[in-house]
Amino acid sequence: MTRYFTEDHEWIEVDGDTATVGITDYAQGQLGDIVFVEVPAGGTALSKGGEAAVVESVKAASDVYSPVSGTVTEGNPALEDDPALVNTAPEGDGWFFKLTITDAGELDGLMDEAAYKAFCDTL
Amino acid sequence: MSETEDQVETQMLPLDGWHRARGARMVPFAGYEMPIQYEGIMAEHEWARTHAGLFDVSHMGQLIVEGDGAAEALEAIMPGDFSALKPGRIRYSLLLAEDGGILDDLMVTNVTESEGATPRYYVVVNGATKWDDIGFLREHLPDEITLNHLDDRGLLALQGPEAAAVLDTLVPGVADELSFMQGTSREWNGAPLGIGRGGYTGEDGFELSYPADKLEDLANALVADERVRPIGLGARDSLRLEAGLPLYGHDLDESVDPVEGSAAFAISKARREQGGFHGAERILAALANGPAKKLVGFSVEGRMPVREGAPVFAGTEEVGRVTSGGFAPTVGAPIAMGYVAAAYTAPGTALEAEVRGKRVPLTVAQMPFVPHRYHRKGAAK
Repeated sequence: MTRYFTEDHEWIEVDGDTATVGITDYAQGQLGDIVFVEVPAGGTALSKGGEAAVVESVKAASDVYSPVSGTVTEGNPALEDDPALVNTAPEGDGWFFKLTITDAGELDGLMDEAAYKAFCDTL
Repeated sequence: MSETEDQVETQMLPLDGWHRARGARMVPFAGYEMPIQYEGIMAEHEWARTHAGLFDVSHMGQLIVEGDGAAEALEAIMPGDFSALKPGRIRYSLLLAEDGGILDDLMVTNVTESEGATPRYYVVVNGATKWDDIGFLREHLPDEITLNHLDDRGLLALQGPEAAAVLDTLVPGVADELSFMQGTSREWNGAPLGIGRGGYTGEDGFELSYPADKLEDLANALVADERVRPIGLGARDSLRLEAGLPLYGHDLDESVDPVEGSAAFAISKARREQGGFHGAERILAALANGPAKKLVGFSVEGRMPVREGAPVFAGTEEVGRVTSGGFAPTVGAPIAMGYVAAAYTAPGTALEAEVRGKRVPLTVAQMPFVPHRYHRKGAAK
């Protein structure tokens, strides 16, 4: 399994033609206390860079974009009862959705963990 | 409007470095770099509701209006009964445009030194509107009334159930001397300290005016007490929303009058009878006949916050708009505030807001959402 990162602070962990998407620890730290997450329903078609989910902190709503094109297989049901999972386990149990990847070539432009860390250090 | 354009450059609060040293995340607000949060909005909100939170509100405008006839001059613009306001007493009031629209909401303290002395009023206005307010007051106050902007003073708010006990250790006797909406002044650490018992969180607390160049001493003395933590703008907003207190520029603005803005309580009985303030004709008619729309609170079903700008519907008809909304940490659910047409203002009225194309059920709610805990005169401590 390989994990990639976007400049919008999403992570995507790829396993064959399926993947899991969430937001990074850096992103949850910037957002602060998360009180609501709207995840996409199974079957939703997503395009790379398109709006996929909404994460709401106490203060504001933010869009989460899909790192690649694909079809959602499930949204994380645990976030409905416990949106703070995004704060406590952003890169684990606080994942947002799983999808089937349409075009694996779209992964090429994403950052690996080292590149993402270097990117965050510039912010 | 060149005066406001001259002010676009972001200013630093007197405590800018102090906030940063405490890990605050700073954001631009009202022309200043201000701390939005330190450890996190939820924890800070909870701290202010259970202990004592220290807020830097030095961006707000502190003004002195002084001179013979000052009360009457303020009464020509605002609907407060300042002639009847005794020294050491504070009133919430509204700066009104000539047509009765709300230019700002503010606090007025009678700081006249003694019986027979020149009347003197200390006025605290919103940070985002202070330059416009000053211009408006200069234009509308008679020449014999002087207006001074105390731009060399900072302002801190200490809010929460432990605020009185904490402040009493620095300023002995102040907790007994003052009740809600009373003010006094003392000397602290060699400089004049203005103290008012009030604030904008719904909790008991104090606003402290102190020289900007010595403000750090006061802030340090307060946070040296383990009951006190600094609180950012984020929690200030969620606290005031739970307390049902409007935020100028969001819940109140120039397009609404005090009756529409559910601020008619700021129009004292005497002024309702006399009139004679800006917009009196429109406002007294709205008091008699009821306004066409009104600011109300909303309980929001589910967990998804409904935020400023969301349209409000009764069935297919759009009947209003949300002006403030978010997650309320003490309530544990989303709440909101907004305007709805007069027919839909009764508490319990079921409405819907539209958020990202979805309908979210709302109920018109009694405000405040969290009971006020002000220290009122005569009430048990």
